Amino acid sequence: MNTTIMLFLLQDGITNGAIYALLGLALVLVFAVTRVILIPQGEFVTYGALTYASLASGQMPGTAKLALAMGIVACAFDLFVARKALHARLVLRSFFANIVLPAIVLAVTLYFAAQKPPVAVCIALSLVIVAMIGLYLYRIAFQPLAHTSVLVLLIASVGVHLALQGLGLLFFGAEGQRGPAVLSGAFTAGSLRFTGQSLTVYGITIAFIVGLWLFFGLTLYGKALRATAVNRLGARLAGIRTTLSGQIAFLLASVIGALSGIMIVPITTLYYDSGFLIGLKGFVAAIIGGLVSYPLTAGAALVVGIVEAFSSFYASNYKEVIVFMLLIPVLLLRSLAAPAVEEEKD
Amino acid sequence: MQSRLPILVFALVMAAIPFVPSMPPFWIVLLDNIGLAALVAMGLVLLTGVGGLTSFGQAAFVGFGAYTTAVLTTSYGLSPWLTLPLSLVVSGLFAVLLGLITVRLSGHYLPLGTLAWGLGLFYLFSKLEFLGRNDGVSAIPPLSIGTFKMLSPGSIYYAIWVAVLVSALLTMNLLDSRTGRAIRALRRGHVAAEAFGVHTPRAKLLVFIHAAVLAGLSGWLYAHLQRAVTPTPFGAHAGIEYLFIAVVGGAGYVWGGVLGAAIVVILKEVLQSYLPLILPGSGQVETIVFGIMLVALLQLAPGGVWPWLMAFFPERTGGRKPDTSLKLETRPRLPGQGSVLLQVEKARKQFGGVVAVNNVSFDVQAREIVALIGPNGAGKSTTFNLITGVLSATSGSISVLGRKVDRAPPQEIVKLGISRTFQHVKLVPDMTVLENVAIGAHLRGQSGPLASMLRLDRADEAKLLAEAARQIERVGLAEQMHQLAGSLSLGQQRIVEIARALCVDPLLLLLDEPAAGLRHMEKQQLAKLLRDLRDGGMSVLLVEHDMGFVMNLADRIVVLDFGTKIAEGTPATIKTNPEVIKAYLGVAA
Repeated sequence: MNTTIMLFLLQDGITNGAIYALLGLALVLVFAVTRVILIPQGEFVTYGALTYASLASGQMPGTAKLALAMGIVACAFDLFVARKALHARLVLRSFFANIVLPAIVLAVTLYFAAQKPPVAVCIALSLVIVAMIGLYLYRIAFQPLAHTSVLVLLIASVGVHLALQGLGLLFFGAEGQRGPAVLSGAFTAGSLRFTGQSLTVYGITIAFIVGLWLFFGLTLYGKALRATAVNRLGARLAGIRTTLSGQIAFLLASVIGALSGIMIVPITTLYYDSGFLIGLKGFVAAIIGGLVSYPLTAGAALVVGIVEAFSSFYASNYKEVIVFMLLIPVLLLRSLAAPAVEEEKD
Repeated sequence: MQSRLPILVFALVMAAIPFVPSMPPFWIVLLDNIGLAALVAMGLVLLTGVGGLTSFGQAAFVGFGAYTTAVLTTSYGLSPWLTLPLSLVVSGLFAVLLGLITVRLSGHYLPLGTLAWGLGLFYLFSKLEFLGRNDGVSAIPPLSIGTFKMLSPGSIYYAIWVAVLVSALLTMNLLDSRTGRAIRALRRGHVAAEAFGVHTPRAKLLVFIHAAVLAGLSGWLYAHLQRAVTPTPFGAHAGIEYLFIAVVGGAGYVWGGVLGAAIVVILKEVLQSYLPLILPGSGQVETIVFGIMLVALLQLAPGGVWPWLMAFFPERTGGRKPDTSLKLETRPRLPGQGSVLLQVEKARKQFGGVVAVNNVSFDVQAREIVALIGPNGAGKSTTFNLITGVLSATSGSISVLGRKVDRAPPQEIVKLGISRTFQHVKLVPDMTVLENVAIGAHLRGQSGPLASMLRLDRADEAKLLAEAARQIERVGLAEQMHQLAGSLSLGQQRIVEIARALCVDPLLLLLDEPAAGLRHMEKQQLAKLLRDLRDGGMSVLLVEHDMGFVMNLADRIVVLDFGTKIAEGTPATIKTNPEVIKAYLGVAA
């Protein structure tokens, strides 16, 4: 191998790794706050990517309608739960957040879709749409299960993944799509060519990691989220609405997912079911990070991306095998360093 | 033990189904698929619902079973009956290999780890040349008995359902045994189980292998039903689906696995055949509806459908009382007073910079009740954990009957005749009092998992249950013997813990706040029980906050404050010791 190939593979690996890092962070975040292992994270990626690509090519994405439909269901859930004590304020708030908001977004999307909007508008709309889907998803599928075991949440997560993936096929068809680059242009340094797109990926990943770090360290909401992650009951007793924490976690996860999708879709063709595998690689990183550590997860994601790039060059047949088997030595290490006293959980 | 009648009825109904006139052959195919899924789900019930180990990787074990028979029958011409044990062995061996790595992972690492290797193995199946890559292996011979070939779904139906019923019986036998109790205790954390000699990593590996072998059996049957094997049914989605079959059915119940398989297989089939009629032209609608229904089902019945269904049937009241005339061998008692049973010398435990136990020395002699008292945070429970091997001391030594046990794990300590109760009750709430107490006698039985499955353990088991029943009567809870431990009051649960500890036939009983939550009369009964035990040759070391209780009971008292021993002596001297008064009441006026 010569240095050029190596540098190229390294660059490719880091670009992918940065995306996995973002997804891994989102998974850690959601798990820590809600105990949900978010398998549909991959769907947020494809929804974001394909919504963006559809809008950019002047098509109306079905996700905007899905957001409205889910909003209506979420509103129905709200009203059903509060049926014994319906205040006008509560009804209005739920109605506005769950129905009026997605309806407005739908109208705006309809307006823009017809006229091939500029890239910035496409990005903004895709993010808003997927963020709403994430938010309503928590309300509909996970909030009623918040008290159950990790296993039940996990299975529900699988159910959501199946439903969303099926809907993805319905909305975007079996054909793959590519979107326009977020930042076009490129420059060359030595033998390496940096595209604007890959620089965007690095920039946004770093911005998000720093942003999350600031959010959790400095803001009251961030601290509330951390408190919920450590101890749900304790957080509730301290007056933190754990439902709100869950909503914020899902909101962040869906935005991160959609953003990752928007960043990848100019580089690789995405299909309605591509998200699952991409999400799983974020998972691998998250597991290596122990589902708790953000820096470790980010580092592990880079390793996953680089290993993937190199193995696709040398043993492309066994690319996936190698990436997933990467976990075994990590798990071995974790086994050896198993905690001395483990408290029971249920 | 549960009645065998419903199972017999179920078996007869299943046997009769193919004889129902004009039974559509398609239904038999469905039943075949249900049986195959039920086998895998049953393993998951044991693994996940009972043992608390979530696995997404079961589809890979189905793959091992299927590919083993596929390759051996097609490339090497072996008879399918010969490959049956081989398929099971291959699945089992891979389970040992993967299990050694994975079962020690705690909490959520485990499911994610299984998901990862499940995926890795799937890609391996689809890339390996000798497994036919993505095309798989075809032209697998059918199962045959003599000249009768099981070519149709109707003929292999019996093979499948015999396998399901036999596996269900073996699994239920296993759960209702010494090993089964150890497995059922796993989900509540390993500390309590290990305190009674259960080797928890081994127990976890055992359920892992059991589940993998059941999956391998399902794979073997699958290969001979389909007569072709491709990688797709052994991928991540299949692994996830098996898990939710178990959860939908009721992950804690063997029959929940079968019910879950029926629900999921039929639901998928109905959706696939009828949805296109309602919503024509749209591709994956059934997946969408399936996913949504799954979430809805979990929201309505998070524990699964089986327990929800069983709630409609009147609860069976009580079990039979074991025959208490059966006796286990007992340990020789120590002669008279004066010999040192437990010697703690300069024991020290540091957690980072915090010294929880600071060079504490004391001893417990034969036939003596020693109380360990001190304000909250004095290091009493930590001392208990040091003695019982839950924690290992930073320095100093602990010896039992002159033998040093500083580094010994809890399983070794309990063998020496030291048993304990816990400050925070550690019983398995969904097991009866009798079963919980019988865990205490774990080391006094010999039957292994295979003997339990085949019911060769009954003589051994009867003695263990007899011992448990005797100890329950001794502590005065005979009335509650067949109630679920979780339904008892906290005070009673503490007493159950004492009965469990007594099942060890201990020389030294360590009680961590036994009187907390007891009423006055109950405390008096407890004190009488402890005195009787002492007079019978047992020593007792107890941590307790109720001073009246301690002063009237203990022969000797050791007082700790901030991890340091500040006094030791008879109750009378301790009561007047100025250091002790200062520790409890602050600086004396």
